[in-house]
Amino acid sequence: MPYIANTPEQQTEMLRAIGTDLEGLFADIPSALRCAGLKVASGLPEQDVRRRMAVVADRNRADLVGFLGGGFYDHFVPAAVSAIVSRSEFATSYTPYQPEISQGVLQAIYEYQSAICRLTGMEVSNASLYDGGTALYEAIMMALRVTGRRRVVVDDSVSPIYRTMVRTYTRNLGIELVETSSRIGLADREALARVINDQTAAVAVQNPNFFGCLDDFSDVAELAHRHGALLIASAYPVSLGIVKTPGAMGADLVVGEGQSLGMPLSFGGPYLGFMAARKEHVRKMPGRIAGRTVDAQGRQGFVLTLQAREQHIRREKATSNICTNQGLCALTALVFMSLLGKQGFRELALSCAEKASYAAQRLQAIPEVRMRFGKRWFFNEFVLELPVAADRVIRRLLEKGFAAGFPLGRYYPHMEKSLLVAVTEKRTKEEIDLFAHTLEVSL
Amino acid sequence: MRVIFDKSVPGRIGVRPSRQTGCPPPHIEPKLLREQPAALPELSEMDVVRHFTGLSRRNFGLDLGFYPLGSCTMKYNPKLNERVAALPGFAELHPLLPQLPTGERLVQGALAVLHDMDRLLSEICGMAAFTLQPLAGAHGELTGVMMIAAYHKERGNRKTTLLIPDSAHGTNPASAAIAGYEVRAIPSDADGRMDVAALKDALDASVAGLMMTNPNTLGLFEPRVREIADLVHSVDGLMYYDGANLNPLLGRCRPGDMGFDLVHINLHKTFSTPHGGGGPGAGPVGVSAKLVDFLPVSLVKERPDGSFFLDYDCPKSIGYIAPFYGNFGIVLRAYAYLLSLGKEGLLRVSEHATLNANYLKERLKPFYDLPKPGVCKHECVFSAKRQVVHGVHALDLAKALIDRGFHPPTVYFPITIPEAIMIEPTETESKETLDAFIEAMIEIAKLAETNPEEIVSCPKTTVVGRLDETRAARQPDLASLD
Amino acid sequence: MILENLKYSKTHEWVRLDEGNFAVMGITDYAVQQLGDIVFLDLPKIGAKVTEGQPLGVIESVKAAVDLYSPVTGEVVEVNAPLANDFETLAKDPYSAGWMAKIRVAGADALKHLLSAAEYQKLAEGEAKP
Repeated sequence: MPYIANTPEQQTEMLRAIGTDLEGLFADIPSALRCAGLKVASGLPEQDVRRRMAVVADRNRADLVGFLGGGFYDHFVPAAVSAIVSRSEFATSYTPYQPEISQGVLQAIYEYQSAICRLTGMEVSNASLYDGGTALYEAIMMALRVTGRRRVVVDDSVSPIYRTMVRTYTRNLGIELVETSSRIGLADREALARVINDQTAAVAVQNPNFFGCLDDFSDVAELAHRHGALLIASAYPVSLGIVKTPGAMGADLVVGEGQSLGMPLSFGGPYLGFMAARKEHVRKMPGRIAGRTVDAQGRQGFVLTLQAREQHIRREKATSNICTNQGLCALTALVFMSLLGKQGFRELALSCAEKASYAAQRLQAIPEVRMRFGKRWFFNEFVLELPVAADRVIRRLLEKGFAAGFPLGRYYPHMEKSLLVAVTEKRTKEEIDLFAHTLEVSL
Repeated sequence: MRVIFDKSVPGRIGVRPSRQTGCPPPHIEPKLLREQPAALPELSEMDVVRHFTGLSRRNFGLDLGFYPLGSCTMKYNPKLNERVAALPGFAELHPLLPQLPTGERLVQGALAVLHDMDRLLSEICGMAAFTLQPLAGAHGELTGVMMIAAYHKERGNRKTTLLIPDSAHGTNPASAAIAGYEVRAIPSDADGRMDVAALKDALDASVAGLMMTNPNTLGLFEPRVREIADLVHSVDGLMYYDGANLNPLLGRCRPGDMGFDLVHINLHKTFSTPHGGGGPGAGPVGVSAKLVDFLPVSLVKERPDGSFFLDYDCPKSIGYIAPFYGNFGIVLRAYAYLLSLGKEGLLRVSEHATLNANYLKERLKPFYDLPKPGVCKHECVFSAKRQVVHGVHALDLAKALIDRGFHPPTVYFPITIPEAIMIEPTETESKETLDAFIEAMIEIAKLAETNPEEIVSCPKTTVVGRLDETRAARQPDLASLD
Repeated sequence: MILENLKYSKTHEWVRLDEGNFAVMGITDYAVQQLGDIVFLDLPKIGAKVTEGQPLGVIESVKAAVDLYSPVTGEVVEVNAPLANDFETLAKDPYSAGWMAKIRVAGADALKHLLSAAEYQKLAEGEAKP
C-alpha cells in the first residue's frame, strides 16, 4: 500500500502487544455507523498518476501570452526561489510551537515581517493571512476593534472581487458598509468627504487601484484621521519597488495580495495575504506574529509572541479565528524579495512600468482605441476604451493565443467597452508589438 | 544567525530582472513615487541561498524524523504531489481566465480536477456536495458557520447560539464568534465523551447548531453521535463536523452517516499536503442536501456533453469567501494523493493510524498517566501528572524529547486534561520508529523520577535554549526596520 | 493572600470604598498568581462609564489573556496609568500600589453584591482544587 510502512508481520506483532485484533481497534464504532464500502476507484502507481495528471494539465491553456492581471500577475520567478522553498525542513514542518527546533521558520517569519514593513513603510506586520481579500476583511474587522465603531467606507476602485468577499463576511455582523463611486478612475474626494463621519471606523482604498491608476492618499488619510477613522490601504507589492508607500501616505493598516512576490498563478492559490500596521495597533492584529528575544545564555532567538490575541488562547474572544496561515508562501515572498534585493526589486518595478508604458503607447495609437483614464498615472495596468465590446475583442484574441486583458463590464456596468490590460516584466517588446498589431486587426 | 538584513552589503546585486532596450522610461508624476528604494537586503544569489539553507538547518521537519504532533496529522507528504502541482498546465494558469468570454474552454483540466475532487470528498464523507474554496481549516469553519446562519435566516429561525464541547480546538469558538454567534460550552463526561445530559440541558430554541469532532480531541470515538444529532436536529439545529480527526475513519465511517449536516476537512492533515511551517492548507466544506443552495459562489458543474462550467447563479449562496476556487495547488496535491490511495488505500490509512496510536498508548500506559483508558482512534492523550510530582511538567518532557531527536507531541491541549500530552503517530510511521520513540519516552519517565533536574534543563542539543517569552511579549521586537 | 477589609468579585477583582463614594479596584493576589508573568495591561480611559460585570480592561500573560471585569457600576475618575508599564509592582503589591482604577459610584450600596473576604477565600480555594 502506498505510504504505509508496517509489514503484515509487524502489524500482527503490534496487535498482540495491544491485546486485540483489527476488528477490536474499531469496536467502538457502532455497526450502524459503519459504511459498506466507498464508491472510489482503486489506487494507481506513481507513474500512472503522473501520466494521468499530465493529460489533465494539458487540457488547460496556460500557454497564452498574458495581458491579464486584475490583481493577479504573471511575474518571473527566479530558480533559486523554489530551490530554497522546497527544502523539506521548511515545507514539511508545522506551526513553530517548539521554538528550539523551529528557529529556521521563526527567523524567516521575523525577516518576512521586516521585509513587509520596509516595503510598505509600516512598523509591524503579521506572519501572513490567506489572501488579499481576506486580508482586507481582517483589516476592516481590526479597525472596528480599534475604534469601537461599526461603519466602514470602501471605494469602488478597490478590487470588486475583494469587495464582494467583504460583503459576504460582514453580512450578519451589523456593520454599515458604505461604497463610494470613483470618479474618472480615482477615488472621488468629495464623495469620500460626504460619507466619512465620526461613526466611521475605516476607509479602504487601493493603490494602484483596480483600474491600474496610481493615487496619493495622503489627503484621504488626513480626512479619515480628522474623524478618528483609520485608513486601510490595499497595495500591489511589486509596485512598491518605485511607488510611494502607504506608510508615507499616512495609512494605518496596509494589506494586499502577495502572489506577485514569487508565487505562481496556480489558478487562484495558494497565495499570500499580507498585513502591516502601525505599532500602536499590534495587539489588535489577527494572526501569528514572530518576535526576537534571547535564551538564558543571552543567545538571540525567535518565538511566536503576543499569542494572547489568538484563538488557541482567547477562543471566542480572539482577534481572528485564523490558525494555519500561508507560511510557505510568506517564505516564498521573503526569498523572492531577498534575491532581487534593494536594487533588483526597484528594477523589477521599473521594468513593469516601462513595458506597460510602451504597451499603452502602442495600443492607443490604434485608430478608435484610447486610454479610458488618459489623465491618470498608472504603474503596469491601464484601461483601454475600445470602439466595440471588450468581450468581442477578447474572444478574437484568444483565438490568436493572447489573453488580452479583463473585460471591466463584468464588474462595472457601462464599462462594456473597457479592457483592463496588464503588462509585467515577462512580456517582451516583440510580444507587445504583436499584441498591438493583432488587436488592431481584430477590431 | 544574523538576520538577513544585517548581512546586506551596499551595492551588491542578486537576481536582476529582465529589462527591455527600446522601451521609454515610465512617465509617472514624482509625488506618486517613493523617495528611497525599499531597504531590502543587498546580497548575491549565493549569499541568499546560504542564508536560507542555514535557516533550514535550524528547523525540524517531518522528513527529518518523527513528528507526532497531536491533532495535526503530520503524515508523510508524498513528493509525487509536488510534481503534479508544479505542472505548468496548472501552475501557470491565470484564475481569471474562466471569467473571460468562452474562457471556460481554456481551463477544462482544472475544472475537471475540482469537479472530481468534489465528488471524491462527497463520497468519502457521505455529503451531497463540497466547496473547495476555503483556504484553511478555520476558514472552512467560518464558511460552514456562515452557511448555518444562512440556513436559519431562510427558515426564519431566530438562532443565537452555537454549542461547542469544552475540549474543542480554539478555532471552533473563534469561528462561531466571528460569524456573530454566542458560544455555549458543553462539558465532557467522566469517560471523556460529550456529556449528553448536559447537552440536553443546553438545548433550546436559540441553538443554531453543534460543532464537534469525532473522534473527539481525546482521540475517542463518540458512539452516541447519532443520538446527539437527533437531539440537535429536534430544535432545528445543524450538526457541524470538524474534520481535524477524520484520518482514522477513512473508508469506514462517514460524517454524513453519523448525522452531520456540514463537514470541513483539512487537506493538510488527512490528505497529506505539506504543512509548510504553518500553511498553506485548505479546508474544503461539504454539506448535506438541505444546505447545497447556500454553498459559496461559484460551483463547478458538469454539462451533459462532459464539459465543465462554473455556475455563478447561486441566489441563496452565502457569497464569495475566497477570490477564486480555493488553494488550487493544495487541492491538486490532495487529489493526486487520493488517486494514489484509492479505495483500499483509504482503508489502510485508517487502519494503520489507529493501530499505531493504540500501540503507542498500550506501551506507554505503564509509565504515563492515561486519563481516559480504552481503545483510541488516531491519537492518544496522556497527562504528565505522575511526572509533575517530581517537578517535571509536560513542557519539560517535550524539551527532553527534542534532545532525543523527536518532535514533541502537542502539549497542554486539549485544555480539559491538565498537563496534556497528545500523541498522533499517523499511519505512515513504522513500528521501528514508534519503538524508538517509546524507548525515549520510557527513559524520560524514569529520569523524571531519578534525576528531574536533567529533564528540566532540556533541551541542550539545540541552537538555542528555552527562550524568554515574557521578554518577547513585554518588549516586542517584531521587525528589523531600516 | 486575601485582605479582610476589601470586597471581592467572582472574577477576582478586589474593591475598596473610599470616602466620597469612590470605589478603588484591582485584581487579587490569587489572580496574579494564576496568570503568571504578566506582559500587558489595558486599563480603562478616564471618564469611561463602566457597568458591573462588564469588561473594563484586559490583562495578558504569556499564555493567557483575560478580561478585567468592572466589579461596580459607575464612572472611571482615575486610573493607575504607570501600572501598565510596571508589572513587577502589580505582582508584588496587587492590593495597594497595584490598584487599577478609581470609579465613582452612587453609594455604598454599589458594593453590596460583592463577596466578603471569607466568601472569596472559599471561591478561590474551590477553583484551585481540580
